[in-house]
Amino acid sequence: MIYLKLLITFFKIGLFSFGGGYAMIPLIQSEIESNNWLTTAEFVDIIAIAEMTPGPIAVNSATFVGYKTAGFFGSAAATSGVVLPSFILAILVSMIFYKFQNHPLKISAFYGIRPVIAGLVMTSTIFIAETSIFKQSLSLEMLMNLLKAPLEVIDIPSVIIAVLALLALVKFKVHPILVIFGSGVAGIIIYSLI
Amino acid sequence: MDRKKTFRTLIDLFVTFFKIGGFTFGGGLAMIPLIEKEVVTRKKWIDEDEIVDIFAVAQSIPGVIAINSATQVGYKVSGKKGAVAATLGVVLPSFLIILIIAMFFTRVQDNIIVKNMFKGIRPCVAVLIGSAAVRISKTSVKDKITLLIALVAFALVLFFEIHSIFAIIGGAVAGILIKALFPDKSLNAEKRNGGNGK
Repeated sequence: MIYLKLLITFFKIGLFSFGGGYAMIPLIQSEIESNNWLTTAEFVDIIAIAEMTPGPIAVNSATFVGYKTAGFFGSAAATSGVVLPSFILAILVSMIFYKFQNHPLKISAFYGIRPVIAGLVMTSTIFIAETSIFKQSLSLEMLMNLLKAPLEVIDIPSVIIAVLALLALVKFKVHPILVIFGSGVAGIIIYSLI
Repeated sequence: MDRKKTFRTLIDLFVTFFKIGGFTFGGGLAMIPLIEKEVVTRKKWIDEDEIVDIFAVAQSIPGVIAINSATQVGYKVSGKKGAVAATLGVVLPSFLIILIIAMFFTRVQDNIIVKNMFKGIRPCVAVLIGSAAVRISKTSVKDKITLLIALVAFALVLFFEIHSIFAIIGGAVAGILIKALFPDKSLNAEKRNGGNGK
């Protein structure tokens, strides 16, 4: 039965993906291709759509593949499949955590883990800046170019939007969702003019 | 807690995570600034330290980071029912949007207006995540040791492209070792941190 097959396949994808997001793409692709559910071109479209729509890429592709293969119920089955492993594991971990909340080993482990998360969020800022504010990815060469010819490395409209977003967020305490919305409108206006 | 209040909390969790799910562009970590604003600053369901722990766990277990985080927050706020409400909330926006796209416009990615909108959103997301990084650093980098750990993790992931899960495991090992070798130092940090957390 196709619904069950979709559920199981996407359960597997959800279960064996570490690190989320783009780490899941190769796994999703190989499963989809071995089942002949979509063509490679359609799969590339999904990634593009997933990048442009909100939400986790795994959920986006599960919904899309499910719908293309077996309609609405197919998309419901595939989405449930990809969500369930995370859901079950997160509940189990939360339950265990409640028990060991004040265990010295947990406290000392998280003393070391928290700054790692700060570092990871910082790298993710740079990865996203590389796809917008900077036209080239971060390297020694790119930093040299930044000094020599800044306009070739920096995307000016992106910088303007970033500065405005920062002002709105920090100075005027605008809600992040409104800032995202405003940046989208600014993008439509600025990039349509140039 | 009485029934009515529990029910209201569940609805609140669902709506909050629906909002978060509907505006998370750029995957997993892009959700951090929104979760912080809604769950820590506005609703005060959990504090800054706890949310950083939740993100750490979300990245260390398999699965979708957004769902891992939503389930944990929901569970913390009101148990298993809370976990279900938050998870449904965070998944539904993407599910509905993709369903509509799959039904009607398969080539939405070629639309120039959509393209320009996302060119505008991307630098904004960079700013949002950057400011979240600053806030997380304020609560998690408490002394020279944690500053060093943060910088090493940053460099390893950025320049040597090591997987984030190994950075997290490394951080845990470093934390346990440091606390075992210099019990006083990290104890003070915990105390100071307890003082900051109101």
